[in-house]
Amino acid sequence: MPANTMSKAERDQGHARVFDLSQHSLRELNQALHKLTPGSNETAWEVLHPKGSHSVAVGVDQPVSIDVRGSVGYYCAGMNDGATITVHGSAGPGVGENMMSGSIVIKGDASQYAGATGRGGLLVIEGNASSRCGISMKGIDIVVHGNIGHMSAFMAQSGNLVVLGDAGDALGDSIYEARLFVRGKVESLGADCIAKEMRPEHLELVQGLLDKAGVTGVKASEFKRYGSARKLYNFNIDNADAY
Amino acid sequence: MTYRNPPTTPRKSATFDDYTLSEIRRAAATGIYDIRGAGAKRKLPHFDDLLFLGASISRYPLEGYRERCDTSVVLGSRHAKKPIELKIPITIAGMSFGSLSGPAKEALGRGATLSGTSTTTGDGGMTEEERGHSKQLVYQYLPSRYGMNPRDLRRADAIEVVVGQGAKPGGGGMLLGQKISDRVAEMRTLPKGIDQRSASRHPDWTGPDDLEIKILELREITDWEKPIYVKVGGARPYYDTALAVKAGADVVVVDGMQGGTAATQEVFIENVGQPTLACIRPAVQALQDLGMHRKVQLIVSGGIRNGADVAKALALGVDAVSIGTAALVALGDNDPRWEAEYNALGSTAGAYDDWHEGRDPAGITTQDPELMKRVDPIAAGRRLANYLKVMTLEAQTIARACGKNSLHNLEPEDLVALSIEAAAMAGVPLAGTNWIPGKNGF
Repeated sequence: MPANTMSKAERDQGHARVFDLSQHSLRELNQALHKLTPGSNETAWEVLHPKGSHSVAVGVDQPVSIDVRGSVGYYCAGMNDGATITVHGSAGPGVGENMMSGSIVIKGDASQYAGATGRGGLLVIEGNASSRCGISMKGIDIVVHGNIGHMSAFMAQSGNLVVLGDAGDALGDSIYEARLFVRGKVESLGADCIAKEMRPEHLELVQGLLDKAGVTGVKASEFKRYGSARKLYNFNIDNADAY
Repeated sequence: MTYRNPPTTPRKSATFDDYTLSEIRRAAATGIYDIRGAGAKRKLPHFDDLLFLGASISRYPLEGYRERCDTSVVLGSRHAKKPIELKIPITIAGMSFGSLSGPAKEALGRGATLSGTSTTTGDGGMTEEERGHSKQLVYQYLPSRYGMNPRDLRRADAIEVVVGQGAKPGGGGMLLGQKISDRVAEMRTLPKGIDQRSASRHPDWTGPDDLEIKILELREITDWEKPIYVKVGGARPYYDTALAVKAGADVVVVDGMQGGTAATQEVFIENVGQPTLACIRPAVQALQDLGMHRKVQLIVSGGIRNGADVAKALALGVDAVSIGTAALVALGDNDPRWEAEYNALGSTAGAYDDWHEGRDPAGITTQDPELMKRVDPIAAGRRLANYLKVMTLEAQTIARACGKNSLHNLEPEDLVALSIEAAAMAGVPLAGTNWIPGKNGF
C-alpha cells in the first residue's frame, strides 16, 4: 500500500499493518489481503473500526494473523484458508463460513450459521452462538464457550462441535458423521441424532480441542456425545414419520 | 341360435389412464414415491406453439449465406471485471459430477469449448476433467456446498448462485446410494452408499436481503472479477428476477419445468413450477421495469431443443439459453443402439429416466466404471459441438429470414402464437388476429 494511504496507527505501530475501515474501503482491505504471497513479511494485521461491516477479511489464503478491533457483520473470515483471525467483538451471521484451514476466534457472541459448511480449521466463539451453529459442517472444529441456539449442526457431515454451555432445540437434525459434544443441557435432539457413549478417544479429542481453544478448568469427562443413529442414511418408507 | 346383445367397446378412463393405473400399482407394491430423472414429460404450451412471421414488404430479409448474422453474447458486464464472452447464445446447464460420469462431464466441456460457449458444474463440486476441458466454466454455488472451496471459486470463470431449478423449485438435490462411489463420496464429504438428499435452502442466507450480502461476499473473495449469476426455478419469474437484480446479480437464469434433474420425485417434476414459455415474458418484464434489460443478462432453460427454440426465446427478450437434456442426448443418452439394454431395465430408448439408479446403458448418468467407458469424451464432445453448430445455424437462418443481422435483434413482433394459451404466455398475437390475451383489457 502506498504510504499516503496508511493510517496514523499504522505508521505509529510498525510491527502490525493497521487498516482503518473508517478511512479505507472494505474492497481495499480484502484486495490487500489477497495480494499477500507466501513468505510475505506482512504477517500481522490489525483492522480498526469495522463497525459491523460485512465480509471483513474474506478469502484470505496466507498464514497471517488479523486482529479485528470491534464487531463485524455477515460472513467475517468467510472461506478462511490458513489465517488466524480474531474478532475483538461480536460477529454477525455466517462467521467463518466454509473455512478451509486456520483459526478464527470471536471474543464476543456469534449470530446464526457460525461456521456453516466449514471444511477445516478451528472456530472458537468465546460467547454464545445463535441458531444453526455448525450447519452443514464438513470437517471444521467449533468450540463454543457459551450456549448454542436451535437447529445447530443441521445436516452436519463431518468435524467436531464442542459446546461448554447448553444447546437449543433439534440439535444435530439429519446429522451425518459430525461429532457433537455438549457439556450442558440439550433442549431436544433432531431427527436421527442420538446420545452416544464417550469412549477414551472422544475424551482425548475433546480435551485436545479444549486445549487448542484455550479453555481451562473444564474436563472432557463433563461432556456428552451426540451423533448420527444412521437410520435415515438410506430411504425406508417405515421411517417417513421421522421427516 | 341365441341372440347376444351388441357389446360396447372396452373403454379406458381418461382420468385413470394406463400410466396412472401403473403408478397406483407401483406405489401400492413399494410404499415409496416414484423417483426419476429428466424434466416434466406432460404436454405443455411450448415454443412449438409459436411461429415466426418472416420477411414481407415491410421487413426485408438478409441473404442466407452472404450477410452476417451475429450470434455472440457477453454475460456479466454489470459488475464483473471479467465478463464472459460467448460465440453462441447457447450454454451448457449445470449438471453434477456424481449424477453424470467423469467422461460425460469431460465431453460436455470439450463440446462447449469447441463451440465457444460455457459449461457449468453441479451439485458435486468442480472436477479436473471439466475444468481442464472447459475454456469457460461456470461454478455453481449450491445449498449443499459440496466440494466448495475458494481455490475453485477463483479458477471459475463465473459463479452461479443456485436458488432453485425448474424440475423442482423448492427441492434439493438427490443422489441415491447406487451412485455414491468412493470418489463421489469423498468430493461430497459423505459416507459411501448413502442416499444423499441435499438441502433445499442455503445454509447461511435466507431471502433477498441476505442474498445481496452473500453476493457481496463472493465478489470480495474473487476480487470483483467473476460474473455472478443467480439461478431460479420457474416459480415466480417476475419477482424472482427483480429480487435477483436487486441483490446484485450480473445474470439471471430462469429454468422452466421442462428443465431436467438427475433425480427427484415424479410428483414434484410434473406438478411444481411453470413451463418455460410462461416464465420468459415475466422475467423480461421485470428487467424492463427496472431499466435493466440487456444490462443484466437473462438466460432461460428448460426444453430448448433446436435453433427455432433458441430464436424464439431470444425474440422474447432472452440473452442466452441453456441446454441440459438435449446436450445429454447429443452425447448419446437414450440412443436406440442400447435398446436391448433399455428393455432389460423395463424401459425403451427415449423413455429411459431412471438416471438415479446408476445403470445407464449409455454410460452417461452412472458411476459404474464399465458403463462409463461407453462414453468416448472426444467423440461425444464432437457430437455436442456439431449439435450446437446446427442449432446456431438454424437460429441464424430464422433471424436472417426476419431481416436481423444479429440473433439478439429478434423481437416479439416477429412472432405469432398458434394457441390462446401460448399467445397469453408469450405476449404475442394469436395467429391471424391482433389479439394478445390479457392485453388491451380483454
